[in-house]
Amino acid sequence: MAATLRIPTVLRPAMGGASIISVEGATIGDVLGQLTVTYPAIKGQLLNDDGTLHRFLNVYINDDDVRYLGGVDAPVANEDEITLLPAVAGGAA
Amino acid sequence: MITLTKEQRDAIVATCIRALPDEGCGLLLGSTSGPDAVVADVVPSQNVSYSAKVYEIDSRVLLKAYRRADDEGLEVLGVFHSHTHSEAYPSPTDIAQAPDPAWHYVLVSLRDLPTVLKSYKIVNGVVSQEDVVSH
Repeated sequence: MAATLRIPTVLRPAMGGASIISVEGATIGDVLGQLTVTYPAIKGQLLNDDGTLHRFLNVYINDDDVRYLGGVDAPVANEDEITLLPAVAGGAA
Repeated sequence: MITLTKEQRDAIVATCIRALPDEGCGLLLGSTSGPDAVVADVVPSQNVSYSAKVYEIDSRVLLKAYRRADDEGLEVLGVFHSHTHSEAYPSPTDIAQAPDPAWHYVLVSLRDLPTVLKSYKIVNGVVSQEDVVSH
């Protein structure tokens, strides 16, 4: 399954500089797991130690946040567009 | 320096007041030139943390904003949020979670009247205030 991955500006320096790359995997967990092998420096920004999605990373398949599609088990279809965006959060606490 | 119209400034403050008692938040679209930014549009978001102490932009609003920026030749240049009972200065949480050194972080304090709006850059944990030009 070949899908397209859009990489946010802040992750590009650690991922070879490209904004769009081709990725393979049957699920989002497969795709992100493969990325952590290729780019070990970003592992902590993508996945937790237990393999779940990092709290402050938004991952989308096409228009949908994968948290609503099964998280790391969300299936990836051929020609899907996967987008990574750091969550935007903060607050006075 | 960040430049915005009076209407955009009012839209930011109105979003924050409508969100009370929770923190209000939203994204800023526009264009940048070096350290300077000009706001083209204010994109309000639900605070999906639904909290008076923390905020998070709705992930769907975030994706739409990036798509729209691509389509219109704009940038997502920053974020605004309110502090309901404290000053308009980035908290340790804001600093720790600031994702992008290129972004402009607009803070609105609703603690006192009139409301206070300030803007900051946050680079590697170092906060520097920038001028806000509203016209």
